[in-house]
Amino acid sequence: MFFLDHIWLIPLLPALGAAIMLLFGRKLEKSAVSAISVGVVVVAFLSAAGVVIEYSAWAASPEHFHQPFEKIVYSWLGSDTGHLTYVTKDGTAARFQADAGFLIDPLSSIWLLFVTGVGMLIHIYSMGYMAHEGGYYRFFGYLNLFMFSMLTLILGNNYALLFVGWEGVGLCSYLLIGFYFHRKSATDAANKAFIVNRIGDAAFLLGMYTLAWYFRSLRFTEITQLARSGQFQIGDPVLTAAALLLFVGACGKSAQLPLYVWLPDAMEGPTPVSALIHAATMVTAGVYMVARSNAVFILAPTAMKTVALVGALTAIFAASIGLVQNDIKRVLAYSTVSQLGYMFLALGVGAFAAGVFHVFTHAFFKALLFLGAGSVIHAMSGEQDMRHMGDLHRRTPITHWTMFIATLAIAGIFPFAGFFSKDEILWQAWSSEGGAYRLLWLIGVVTAFMTAFYMFRLMFLTFHGTPRMSPEVEHHIHESPRSMTMPLAILAACSIFAGWLGVPHSLGGSNRFENFLRPVFAKEALVFHAEEPGQFAAGKKEEQHTDPTEYTLMALSLGLAVAGWGLAWKLYRGAAQGYIEPLAAKIPPLYRTLLNKFYVDEAYDYLFTGRRKLGRVRLGVLGLGNASSWFDSRIVDGTVNGAGWMARAFAKISIWSDRWIIDGLLVNGPAIFARMLSYPMKLLQWGLVQWYALIMVLGLLGFTAAEMGLLMWFGWIVGGALAAVLGYFVARLIARRVHASRARKTIVAGAAD
Amino acid sequence: MQNHILSIILFTPLAGATLLLFVPKESKHAIRWIANLFALAGLLVSLPLVPWFWQQRFTAGFKFVEGTANNWIPSIGAGYVLGIDGISFLLIMLTTLLGWISILSSWTAIEDRIKEYYVWFLVLQTGMLGVFMALDFFLFFVFWEAMLVPMYLLIGIWGGPRKLYAAIKFFLYTLLGSVAMLLAVLFLYFYNFHQTGQYTFSIPALYQTAPKIFHDPAYGVEYAMLLFFAFFLAFAIKVPMFPFHTWLPDAHVEAPTAGSVILAGVLLKMGTYGFIRFSLPFFPDVVMHPKVRSWMIALSIVAIIYGALVSLMQKDMKKLVAYSSVSHLGFCTLGIFALNPAGLSGSVLQQINHGISTGALFLIVGILYERRHTREIAEYGGISNVMPLYATITMIMFLSSMGLPLLNGFVGEFTILQGTFMENRTWAALAVLGVVLAAAYLLWLYQRVFFGTVTNPKNEKLLDLSAREVLTFVPLIVMALWIGLYPKPFFQILEQPVNQLMATVRPNYPGASLAHASTPAASAARTGGQATMIPAKGSN
Repeated sequence: MFFLDHIWLIPLLPALGAAIMLLFGRKLEKSAVSAISVGVVVVAFLSAAGVVIEYSAWAASPEHFHQPFEKIVYSWLGSDTGHLTYVTKDGTAARFQADAGFLIDPLSSIWLLFVTGVGMLIHIYSMGYMAHEGGYYRFFGYLNLFMFSMLTLILGNNYALLFVGWEGVGLCSYLLIGFYFHRKSATDAANKAFIVNRIGDAAFLLGMYTLAWYFRSLRFTEITQLARSGQFQIGDPVLTAAALLLFVGACGKSAQLPLYVWLPDAMEGPTPVSALIHAATMVTAGVYMVARSNAVFILAPTAMKTVALVGALTAIFAASIGLVQNDIKRVLAYSTVSQLGYMFLALGVGAFAAGVFHVFTHAFFKALLFLGAGSVIHAMSGEQDMRHMGDLHRRTPITHWTMFIATLAIAGIFPFAGFFSKDEILWQAWSSEGGAYRLLWLIGVVTAFMTAFYMFRLMFLTFHGTPRMSPEVEHHIHESPRSMTMPLAILAACSIFAGWLGVPHSLGGSNRFENFLRPVFAKEALVFHAEEPGQFAAGKKEEQHTDPTEYTLMALSLGLAVAGWGLAWKLYRGAAQGYIEPLAAKIPPLYRTLLNKFYVDEAYDYLFTGRRKLGRVRLGVLGLGNASSWFDSRIVDGTVNGAGWMARAFAKISIWSDRWIIDGLLVNGPAIFARMLSYPMKLLQWGLVQWYALIMVLGLLGFTAAEMGLLMWFGWIVGGALAAVLGYFVARLIARRVHASRARKTIVAGAAD
Repeated sequence: MQNHILSIILFTPLAGATLLLFVPKESKHAIRWIANLFALAGLLVSLPLVPWFWQQRFTAGFKFVEGTANNWIPSIGAGYVLGIDGISFLLIMLTTLLGWISILSSWTAIEDRIKEYYVWFLVLQTGMLGVFMALDFFLFFVFWEAMLVPMYLLIGIWGGPRKLYAAIKFFLYTLLGSVAMLLAVLFLYFYNFHQTGQYTFSIPALYQTAPKIFHDPAYGVEYAMLLFFAFFLAFAIKVPMFPFHTWLPDAHVEAPTAGSVILAGVLLKMGTYGFIRFSLPFFPDVVMHPKVRSWMIALSIVAIIYGALVSLMQKDMKKLVAYSSVSHLGFCTLGIFALNPAGLSGSVLQQINHGISTGALFLIVGILYERRHTREIAEYGGISNVMPLYATITMIMFLSSMGLPLLNGFVGEFTILQGTFMENRTWAALAVLGVVLAAAYLLWLYQRVFFGTVTNPKNEKLLDLSAREVLTFVPLIVMALWIGLYPKPFFQILEQPVNQLMATVRPNYPGASLAHASTPAASAARTGGQATMIPAKGSN
């Protein structure tokens, strides 16, 4: 029980590796970097194997018959006292809690094995591939961090911890897509990947809360148990909402419509990254999460139908784009999106085991295809455009033959791995729910034909035909080093044999894969007893498998795959310099639409991101951002500044009125008036003798004038003279005031300068 | 010691400031050393509080209470009363930590009038600590206002080109709110006299009488709402909540780096702290009033989304971070008004997280500013090539700020969102958009500043972080990881005050029954156990 009890070591080991790389990697030798970071993953793989073996023994014992094994390390979120609560939908209190706890059951066993296994091979491959690149330690640090996140994702025993891994792989994907951070296209792709994933993550969060609200817990085992207890009605709208929200999260991570757009761009990252993260492991996280939540999805038929429909549409949509792409990695990227569509189709029709089976086989052949493509790119000195390749099979034989095996596998040629898993999906789509999904089956079959076609197109363009590269490049073509070809060979072996784990009864197998997963997907709560091991043998479904239709369908899809192969052979086997795409020659508009990926990126830029203007209007987030900024500086801050301006304006008015009205008119006004009145009085008592004499003379003259009857005339003359004098003084007074205030202003202004 | 620990923590910075007054201003070296030593001492004296507080984290009521009511100015009923609960404890620790870090980060950034700078900074430190410790409203108000002046001067003297505008805006805006709050408190003060026949500013005493206004036939709902609104104005401006936030970007852009760190890290928390300490327990019925509550929630959600959108469009790094603060604080107020244990404890935790990550973000911007004297994003590009260590630390803090799991931001946001979701699905669905937008504006900023090749020749010779600069980040990164990986101690510290608040504000909340049902010991046994089989027993 050592491995089971220390299951937390599995994610912790790569975390340790990552910490060492990111803290001290700069100072380490390349060999030390490889030894540590590859070493931890190898140990993780061995421990994973140990865990699965121990778990199988543990689960086979009567007292734990096929129960999941849980190990809680510590309580992570919440106070762990039970006093921190929230109110659930039924109005009762539940604990707010999420543990750092790990869970292993058949479902996580499968992921655990192929994630560590494929991960280990890709780490080994990267030693060769990245040998001449800068930032070697950084690359391995991120890769180890990714392994940590992915393992947390698949081993967490509750949604919150799953979310830790979920966001963690998103981060590592971001870091690794943007690994060549000098390239704008790489960092753009990295941002796109993270932000599109975050949209899904936001929905996932809400789905998680819905489950917590309904099921009082975030633990898988508790939710599953409660969901299967029969308390909930099938089609319960809240559960449907929860399942749909979770599925939106899965669409982000697993690149399904309409959130698939980040995955093709993610090919900007180094090729081993594309193989590990964007083909084999991370993108299957969505499938894992939906499969993990199967008990909830089963209760939400609408959500299941949505999953199936989105899966099927994504499958054919991405495959059709893949038909005409010229970049070798882009073809594989669209192929991945398309294959993920198959997996969701399987989940949606309720064939969870078939979906997981396809994840499993796909991990091997798709990783192999990417690593093979990496080997080709390596040989071609970095060239990724298949129009400049051709005839490589002689110079890179191992790459060619291993990739050929993977192509047979993905195309679904008997008896390679993809045949069994894809056929199982198609059969389930045909037979589930009494044939309600036959249209989706049809889509799946057409996609199978397209898959065979674009994959063999890739093979012929790359490895056959006439060489179309420049002489310098041709001169450098070489087979890759051992560290790269060895993983190719191992993966090729897996691409052949992995499918044999799930040979259906109709072909004489016993579908061991599905049986292994039975405890996870059983629709009723498991009440197995050790005394009845026969429970696992023949069930109802297996009897259906002997249906003769199954053989017909099998033959049909096999035939279509071979037809796709044949068509590609006919069209591309002799591709020479400057060959013309047959589709471009026949139906140019269709070709352009496919080549430009249905213009989805452009549409998103117009509508959602706002990176492109629609006429003169900018929509989307950037448009909203512009509008908000404008609103903020003009309206909100404008109001604040306006209030400030108003206050200052009032202050100015107050100052003016203070000076001119209160002080000027009301206070100084009476004073001036009094002073004005005082002048005539002053005239009488000026203290100037001559003046008194003048007054006296004037008085005498007045009397004389009165005697002579000329008083009127005299009054006019003297009054006029007095008025003139008075006016002179008033004018002087005003002039002095004005002058003084001007001078004061000048002084103030001077000081202000 | 335990009896006076709060006073010691409170006055250590002030003692430093007083000592600095006697140092001649020419001896810059001595000033720097003394200021840094006292800032460090301020942190060190607060550390014993951690184990002491930990022991009594589950006991009810305020802890380390110092002084009795009305002991300061008995005639008006003002007292020098200090005391803390889990909420103020965390904020005090954040303050002492950030205070030390900001003073350390100013070593080379401030060359002008350094004596005044450090004096004011230390005074500010005492003011902030006092706000979180005071259990008497008069004392609280003294600290609340006292802290404005040093901040005003820090912005107004050591700020950027528009420092006067920013400083006055900051000061007046905050003062406006304070005045409203003062009026409301006077009402509570006299109301308390009416009820008890005693004049007192003691906060625990006001807790008893203030909630009665709502049901008092003489006053009733309208008065209670008006009083709530007066408090709201003070705190909403401080937080700042939309639409009272526009002083923040200006203050941040103009403030010196350390000022921004303290402003974002601690000063804004006074608003949220005010809501928790005063608004909720004073006016529980108003807060639970559906109209008031939905307004508060609406403003929070608008702040989250709108702050993020505006942040996205900024061309100045510091302004971008300032608007991101608006968005983050929106989460904090959302958690408060979700009014359930998860929301409240998430909110306080997020306040601490915001102090850590946004404090670090301002340090990060300050480091570039000190080297290049510009904060224009367009001036940069390819900084990863010349400052790799700096780029790594920035990435970690950006991730923490955008709420990546296993770093601190996630724990806060997750808890707040879960709390919100349990109250209302639509609120949560809107608020969660902030999480998406946060990734957008931060990653875009990172791409423009750090990725690519160095295109601006002025950036070619930039020096990577010095040991002192690294030292300022180390405690923040450690805290970010601690809260991200093992937040349990924080939740435990917050549990008692949060449940206390719940008992006041929503006595009928169903969790209350469960809150007294089990003991910590019982659950300790649960997680300490061996590998567990799935319990076969039925559902709840």
